[in-house]
Amino acid sequence: MDKDNATQEDAEMKLISQGLHQLYDPVLDEPVPERLRAHVVGRSRWRAAGVAAGWVAAGLAVGVVAGWQLHASRTVAIAQAEVPGFVKRAAVAHAVYSPEVRHPVEVGADQEQHLVAWLSKRLGAPLRAPKLDAVGLGYALVGGRLLPGENGPVAHFMYQCKEGKRLTLYVRANAVGNPETAFRYAAEGNVKVFYWIDRKLGYAISSADISREDLLAVADAVYRQLNP
Amino acid sequence: MNDADGIVELIPRLRRYARALAGDRIAADDLVQDTLERAWSKFHLYRRGTDLRAWLFTVMHNVYVNQLRASRPTAQLDEEMPELAQPVRETDALVLRDLDAAIRRLPPDQREVLLLVALEAMSYEEAAGTLGVPIGTVMSRLARAREKLRAMLSGLPPGGGKQLKIVK
Repeated sequence: MDKDNATQEDAEMKLISQGLHQLYDPVLDEPVPERLRAHVVGRSRWRAAGVAAGWVAAGLAVGVVAGWQLHASRTVAIAQAEVPGFVKRAAVAHAVYSPEVRHPVEVGADQEQHLVAWLSKRLGAPLRAPKLDAVGLGYALVGGRLLPGENGPVAHFMYQCKEGKRLTLYVRANAVGNPETAFRYAAEGNVKVFYWIDRKLGYAISSADISREDLLAVADAVYRQLNP
Repeated sequence: MNDADGIVELIPRLRRYARALAGDRIAADDLVQDTLERAWSKFHLYRRGTDLRAWLFTVMHNVYVNQLRASRPTAQLDEEMPELAQPVRETDALVLRDLDAAIRRLPPDQREVLLLVALEAMSYEEAAGTLGVPIGTVMSRLARAREKLRAMLSGLPPGGGKQLKIVK
């Protein structure tokens, strides 16, 4: 009796198993969506780039922009160790993705609405892809991608000018930091970063190709568009 | 680099399981993506030399459970328990569409156990390790899942399979 039941149960499980394989094995042969592949591949390149750059927190050169501050009369002196983790990640992401020829972004500027809606959904915060036309340096949106951050998804927008120079805007949610909004500057190697925290969103704008002054003008334009 | 390669290789497996677990394609790939994100952030907890697939499935299980907790359970239930008109099937042929619908209607914890064992070919012990529950729990969930499937599917013999006596 028990033996019969066991045999029947085996037969039953076999039927279920066969059915499940018929239903779901086709998924194994589907091409893996780029967003999933990029996640892992991007991450491993990220690590490699971090190592290649010899990235250490202590090696960061940190400064505060004296010329531009919300509190015009104050200069904020910050210790090197206080550079938020997301700023280092932003600089590494810039170093990894900006030389990319074939896949600089996951979703192109031709689908800007979709891109912004998607990244906003993943970050759980309403985002915008700022326009840089007013800066006068000729930078236009190339597109963006989703990246893994310290505590969740991060939005990464890329811009390019006619000469092919690129800059990237890195946005993370749930950023904690100095409530005092001011642009801060950090650099590693040839990557320059201006960053700030505003209403729980952390922003970092990075470039290796343009001057600190021009990058500041871009950061200023981005900030003004996000806070009209 | 090896870690990344190993994970990339396992993405199709994660997607298959997620599709069976979550149902629609977008929700399933979102689940895989969240799993990969979490796996990277927790990768220091992975012990080299142990089964990477089992570890990733555990991560996915945790992500999935958190998602279920975050969503409203009642809404989930309504969505997964549609009225199914059950046409009478000839003989004991298992109709795939009905199996799929029946699996969707299982409670998530039972669906997970069934999929790990029947689709991923995990032993009870492996399934228990993946889900972080005792083996006895795996066995009882599996038994309940099968009982429900039997009740829902005319293709499977009801009451422990008395109709299948002819099967040796």
